[in-house]
Amino acid sequence: MATSSSAGHDAHGSGQATRRDFLYVATVGLGAVAVGATVWPLIDQMNPAADVLALSSTEVDLSKIAEGQGITVQWRGKPVFVRHRTEKEIKEAEEVPLAELRDPETDDARVKAGKKQWLVMVGVCTHLGCIPLGQQGDYDGWFCPCHGSHYDSSGRIRRGPAPLNLPIPEYQFLSDTKIKIG
Amino acid sequence: MSSSTPFQTNSKVIKWIEARLPIISTIDGALVSYPAPRNLNYWWNFGSLAGFMLVAQIVTGIILVMHYTPHVTMAFASVEHIMRDVNYGWLMRYAHANGASMFFVVVYIHILRGLYYGSYKAPRELLWWLGIVIFLLMMATGFMGYVLPWGQMSFWGATVITNLFGALPLVGGDIVTWLWGGFSVDNATLNRFFSLHYLLPFVICAVVFLHLWALHTTKSSNPLGIEIKGDQDTVPFHPYYTAKDAFGLSVFLMFFAYWVFFNPNALGHPDNYIEANPMVTPAHIVPEWYFLPFYAILRAVPDKLGGVLAMGGAIVILFFMPYLDFSKVRSAKFRPIYKQAFWLFVLDGILLGYVGAMPAEGIWILVGRIASVYYFAHFLVIVPLISWFEKPLPVPESIAKAVLGDAAKA
Ligand code: HEM
Ligand code: FES
Repeated sequence: MATSSSAGHDAHGSGQATRRDFLYVATVGLGAVAVGATVWPLIDQMNPAADVLALSSTEVDLSKIAEGQGITVQWRGKPVFVRHRTEKEIKEAEEVPLAELRDPETDDARVKAGKKQWLVMVGVCTHLGCIPLGQQGDYDGWFCPCHGSHYDSSGRIRRGPAPLNLPIPEYQFLSDTKIKIG
Repeated sequence: MSSSTPFQTNSKVIKWIEARLPIISTIDGALVSYPAPRNLNYWWNFGSLAGFMLVAQIVTGIILVMHYTPHVTMAFASVEHIMRDVNYGWLMRYAHANGASMFFVVVYIHILRGLYYGSYKAPRELLWWLGIVIFLLMMATGFMGYVLPWGQMSFWGATVITNLFGALPLVGGDIVTWLWGGFSVDNATLNRFFSLHYLLPFVICAVVFLHLWALHTTKSSNPLGIEIKGDQDTVPFHPYYTAKDAFGLSVFLMFFAYWVFFNPNALGHPDNYIEANPMVTPAHIVPEWYFLPFYAILRAVPDKLGGVLAMGGAIVILFFMPYLDFSKVRSAKFRPIYKQAFWLFVLDGILLGYVGAMPAEGIWILVGRIASVYYFAHFLVIVPLISWFEKPLPVPESIAKAVLGDAAKA
């Protein structure tokens, strides 16, 4: 042992990697990979399980929602607001200058072309996840009672601690009176 | 230490054990012959009371688990089953739910005691830090326990608090999904919180053990804040402080019993007797009272990440106390200005708690902001400044001299 280790030192002195260095790096490297491979399952088990991930979609019949009314449906365990907007609400939403918005997005980008009256969005406050209340707040839209976030008639954040607009889920019109979320 | 004789025995059995595992002399050194300053006042009772509450929570908790079902469809009903059907179930649950509050009352007083008497100063920094770790673990345990009955406050409290992690840049969203095990707080979340709520108290036990180990290494501080200089300054823990702690415990138990038997729901929120409904947020979400000051700080900042950082910082800043306060004098007894700043800080904490319970509207937003700024100013500006310019009163030469006067023999 003594001789081989002193040989190692000599080799270091001359700037050459020894067999011992190689073994050392290889052992530690393999060990790190093994630890990582073992720890990952321990962490990943907490991510959504396959049954939770199995995508669900929800169909909504729009014919029963009168102008100025909205309903809340459940999708992936979350509330989705489907609102039939009035002319006034649409106009207000379109007239807001983008510079005034915290999370700038035009009203057009938040609805489907030709279906401006229908606003479909995930009803989860982008602050800390409460469900905002409809037809409330200072911007003719939604108000989150938890920490006081105000959303406008396009669901965009206007005032309060929330950083982002209410998200628009993926959805499509199956017919003029039916949408499919998800 | 002549006033605290080290462990001795004539028993052959005990000698046999001691030679192999010195457990009896260790217990003796911690609870019998441990030389404690002779001048400890009643504020020093709260450490043993905290230890009592930890044991009480574990005992009542293990009993609750025998009857509780951690599943979203059954949790709420199983807690009602505990309340109505299980023999003395109401007592176990009320003792556990109010016990959590009592635990926090005791620990808050224990922490404030440390802040008043400068217990965080050298050589007790590690002791202080371990205490804050226990406090953090308690907060996690209390939070997850409150989710278990699966009422409206359980659900929405869990939603709001887990969403705090979503404020982290880049990884925030993934972390929240990981914490939930889904796309919202749901059964996976309830189950993991149950698992961790069972585990963490035992982690706390382990940290308490380190806390006491550090304590017995540096020995207790005392209201004068001067170190023990010799035997004349101490008395043996038993019978002096075992008796005093037992007396304090009986007074405390009366207080505890008042809540459990005469006002068991006062410290909880009535909405938690409504089963969790993921589609309806209660009009006004409040956490348990012991989180209110920190909740007020969270809401005071009009920015998501900023609020979260401020709330975390409010606790983390306690870790720096040994350095923010560099006055050579430990006890506020001899620090006329620090003493006043201390009480202002206590008032500020109470005000923050009050604001935390109010809706985030109108005047409360402003009051909350001022109180939050003051909270941090206390640590970052006021305490260092006072350490700098305050002229402390003369500190006595020794504990024995101060307590016994001239009767004290050197
Ligand atoms: C650090 C110690 C502990 C604290 C601070 C604590 C705190 C809490 C809190 C605040 C609740 C909600 C009470 C309610 O409103 O109903 C709770 C519930 C519960 N805890 Fe604990 N707990 C502790 C230790 C334990 C332990 C060690 C266990 C089990 C081994 C346990 C088992 C339970 C169970 C089953 C519930 C649900 C039943 C109920 O809600 O009353 N706890 N805990
Ligand atoms: S969760 Fe909506 S404002 Fe905080």
